[in-house]
Amino acid sequence: MLISQNFRTAFRGLTANKLRSALTILGIVIGVAAVVALMAIGNGATSSITNRITSNGTNLISVSAARFRPNAGTPSQFSVVTYDDYLALKAGLSNLSGIAPAYQSSYDVKHGNQNLRVQVVGATNDYFTVHPSTTVALGRNLNTSDNSQLNRVAVIGSQTSSDLFQGLSPINKLIKINGVNFTVVGVLKEQDSSGFENANDIVIIPLETGYVKLFGANAIRDGKRVLSSITLSANSADAVDGVMSQTDAIMRSAHKLLPTDTADYSVSSQTQILSTLSSVTTTLTIFLGAIAGISLLVGGIGIMNIMLVSVTERTREIGLRKAVGARKDHILFQFLIETITLSLIGGVIGILLGIGIAAMFTALGLITAVVSIPSIIMSFFFALAIGLFFGLYPAFRAANLHPMEALRYE
Amino acid sequence: MIQIDQLTKVFTMGENEIHALDNVSFSIDKGEMVAIMGPSGSGKSTLMSIVGCLDVPTSGSYVLDGSQVEHMTDTQLADVRNKKIGFVFQQFNLLSRTSALENVLLPLGYTGMSGRASREKALKALEMVGLQDRIDHHPSELSGGQQQRVAIARALVNDPGILLADEPTGALDSKTGAEIIGLFQTLHKDFGQTVILVTHDPFIARHTERIIRLADGQIVADAPNPTPLKAGTPRPEGED
Repeated sequence: MLISQNFRTAFRGLTANKLRSALTILGIVIGVAAVVALMAIGNGATSSITNRITSNGTNLISVSAARFRPNAGTPSQFSVVTYDDYLALKAGLSNLSGIAPAYQSSYDVKHGNQNLRVQVVGATNDYFTVHPSTTVALGRNLNTSDNSQLNRVAVIGSQTSSDLFQGLSPINKLIKINGVNFTVVGVLKEQDSSGFENANDIVIIPLETGYVKLFGANAIRDGKRVLSSITLSANSADAVDGVMSQTDAIMRSAHKLLPTDTADYSVSSQTQILSTLSSVTTTLTIFLGAIAGISLLVGGIGIMNIMLVSVTERTREIGLRKAVGARKDHILFQFLIETITLSLIGGVIGILLGIGIAAMFTALGLITAVVSIPSIIMSFFFALAIGLFFGLYPAFRAANLHPMEALRYE
Repeated sequence: MIQIDQLTKVFTMGENEIHALDNVSFSIDKGEMVAIMGPSGSGKSTLMSIVGCLDVPTSGSYVLDGSQVEHMTDTQLADVRNKKIGFVFQQFNLLSRTSALENVLLPLGYTGMSGRASREKALKALEMVGLQDRIDHHPSELSGGQQQRVAIARALVNDPGILLADEPTGALDSKTGAEIIGLFQTLHKDFGQTVILVTHDPFIARHTERIIRLADGQIVADAPNPTPLKAGTPRPEGED
């Protein structure tokens, strides 16, 4: 019996019951589509997060407050990073291309009758040096005199601008941040915002102005000015490790820690964050794929169920085929090829559907899904394996039917 | 052609043993036309399935065309069925979604023959049964008699030693049934085909040259029928 003949027989058997065949492959279609689409979405999330982080420069080091235990067994405390730490780091570190202190908190921001809750960042003009992707599209940047003269000026994100000003130019307009008047001097260029927070919904004001006019007592602890973070930019990728250890030394002495004390601050580099994040998203992608894989398995059970029904229905046909000389392996292959055909058709439709779903996610702007060739190949062969595995039992049942009993079956 | 010696077939149903065939011996020569006749439950179906190599006996010996059949493996039996036996069934057992030609081609596919040679053989077989004009028709487009002719062509396509027909007229009206019987007689007379007709109907059996009667798993009579009925002879009154 030729293979092509077998496929023709299988195809004829399947087209005879079109609705049933369609419903049977639905399980495989959904399973494969889910695997392909979810993997694509997972991959897309990974690469967009990676891109966003690397677009900020990979040489970034961030110093921020951390939860710590002063002594074993005591409750953990939350420390702060202060403006004095910034001054100490600025004075002590070498190989830097920039160092940017920042204090951020969310406030109500008003213009006219528009009222938003927005992250307000107190920063120096170095903020724009260490975040090269944050640039001004309209108006001007903050400058050093804004900080020294305590100017009440603000640079706002593109989203904030369109929300507050409805498309009108916000330059030189007044906004009220927590009731305090600020003049908008610049609007940021729109940024890729598929991270954890919206980079376009932000208000940047001079740090000094913030301490004096806006942040109030929240930004003072033990008489010292508090920072949310200090962002350092090493002047080369090779310098990152050296800068990190220097930072560590300066911070320990600034916080008067003994060599045995645990650090009450954290120093992390962009590359560390990157590798942590990508391992998280990779795990997530695998997890999503595995869940989708379970639906493939369920689809396979559906195929087996229908094939068992089909074997029972076609008992007489099997009897006749045996009577005219079909051997066990002929019958076995006939039914196996039928299940494999089913699962392959389901697999191909599923792959197309999965690519379609991924394209839809991209088109809707939810996430830039990245369909990977390995995920397509993997789900195709997984579908094939499912067909083979779940087809074997019904095919063996058919092959082992007794010819005489099969012929007499009513 | 067929030598059967002390053939016994026992079925076990729960605790009961049923002797469907009990020490049956007979032989059939090449070119004979024989009826195996008996009421239902007489064991004729069991005998047919063993003669047709669909089943193996519990004991006894069966030599078909010079080879011992009773100890063959499933694969060998499939090969024997494919090459030496042509089955014709009461319900035709055609594959409904395939054309007459493809139905006739079916056994050749299992022989491993394909392409032009098998197509020629199938066409020749369809011509023998007078259906050369209907080769592309599906079974649903054919009358009962034509369907049975397709089934006979399928049985003949591999030039089998034996044509084994199980109640071949059972699903047909008497006129069409007579045509089918006539076809068997022609195949026997003109082509020397060995034909075994299995039937419960004495009238059908009388169309053959020898009648083997079975009852309760044993042969009760085995006699030549010197004056076989011509196909188309009206059924005598009072006989069904």
